Amino acid sequence: MQIKNQIKISLQSLSENIGIARLAAATFSAQANFTLNEVEEIKVAISEAVSNAVIHAYEKSDEVIELIFNLYVDKVEYIIIDHGKGIADIAEARKPSYSSDPERMGLGFAFMESFMDELQINSEIGMGTTVRLVKKISNHDIH
Amino acid sequence: MKITTAITKGVLVVKLSGEFDMHGAECFRETVDEYLNNMGIKDVVVDLEEVVFIDSSGIGVILGRYKKIMHLKGTICLVGVQDSVKKILELSGVLKILKIYSSEFEAVSCL
Repeated sequence: MQIKNQIKISLQSLSENIGIARLAAATFSAQANFTLNEVEEIKVAISEAVSNAVIHAYEKSDEVIELIFNLYVDKVEYIIIDHGKGIADIAEARKPSYSSDPERMGLGFAFMESFMDELQINSEIGMGTTVRLVKKISNHDIH
Repeated sequence: MKITTAITKGVLVVKLSGEFDMHGAECFRETVDEYLNNMGIKDVVVDLEEVVFIDSSGIGVILGRYKKIMHLKGTICLVGVQDSVKKILELSGVLKILKIYSSEFEAVSCL
């Protein structure tokens, strides 16, 4: 399907940049006819995906997280890429209670799954992780 | 995220403003733990009235303080939660253990 619009952003792996990723996703999503509630859901899902990359992917903060957002006529696709450690067991990481840190709830993937229509995770140890999120546009009349 | 603190009747009131994500979570943890570890505080009211966004990092750090405060035999509760934030809190299940009060006065009086 033809892409109507695309943006690519590179972010340094810092917690300060999670809000920027969220804002970029919300602004990009404004081109689709999402409701305010749906935009809020997208913001949470993007926040979880980028937070995961910042927390888990790298030992250092000077590495890069890439974001690619694609607008189609019937959906928006959000791709979050890191080139870090990778996830050893994706099925385990997707479980709602799973967390490698006692201060965290392990709800990141559960929130992404709840708020988006599709969630795909591709990961390879030592190579990195790509998370692909899709939100369908119920009203196709794109601004 | 902006954090301001006050002590009312021995209760720490932490007022948050802005977006409560992983970046804000670190500041929140450091601020609250300083009072819990070094100032003899064991009851905490978290005022979320001006918080417009929360994700699992924000919820996780509140839950972390809850566990710590339970260990101290204290209490932690929330005040002034906006609808969009409440929806995320409900989905996470933390509202089964954290009570929401409508005002700081009510919260401090009930602790």
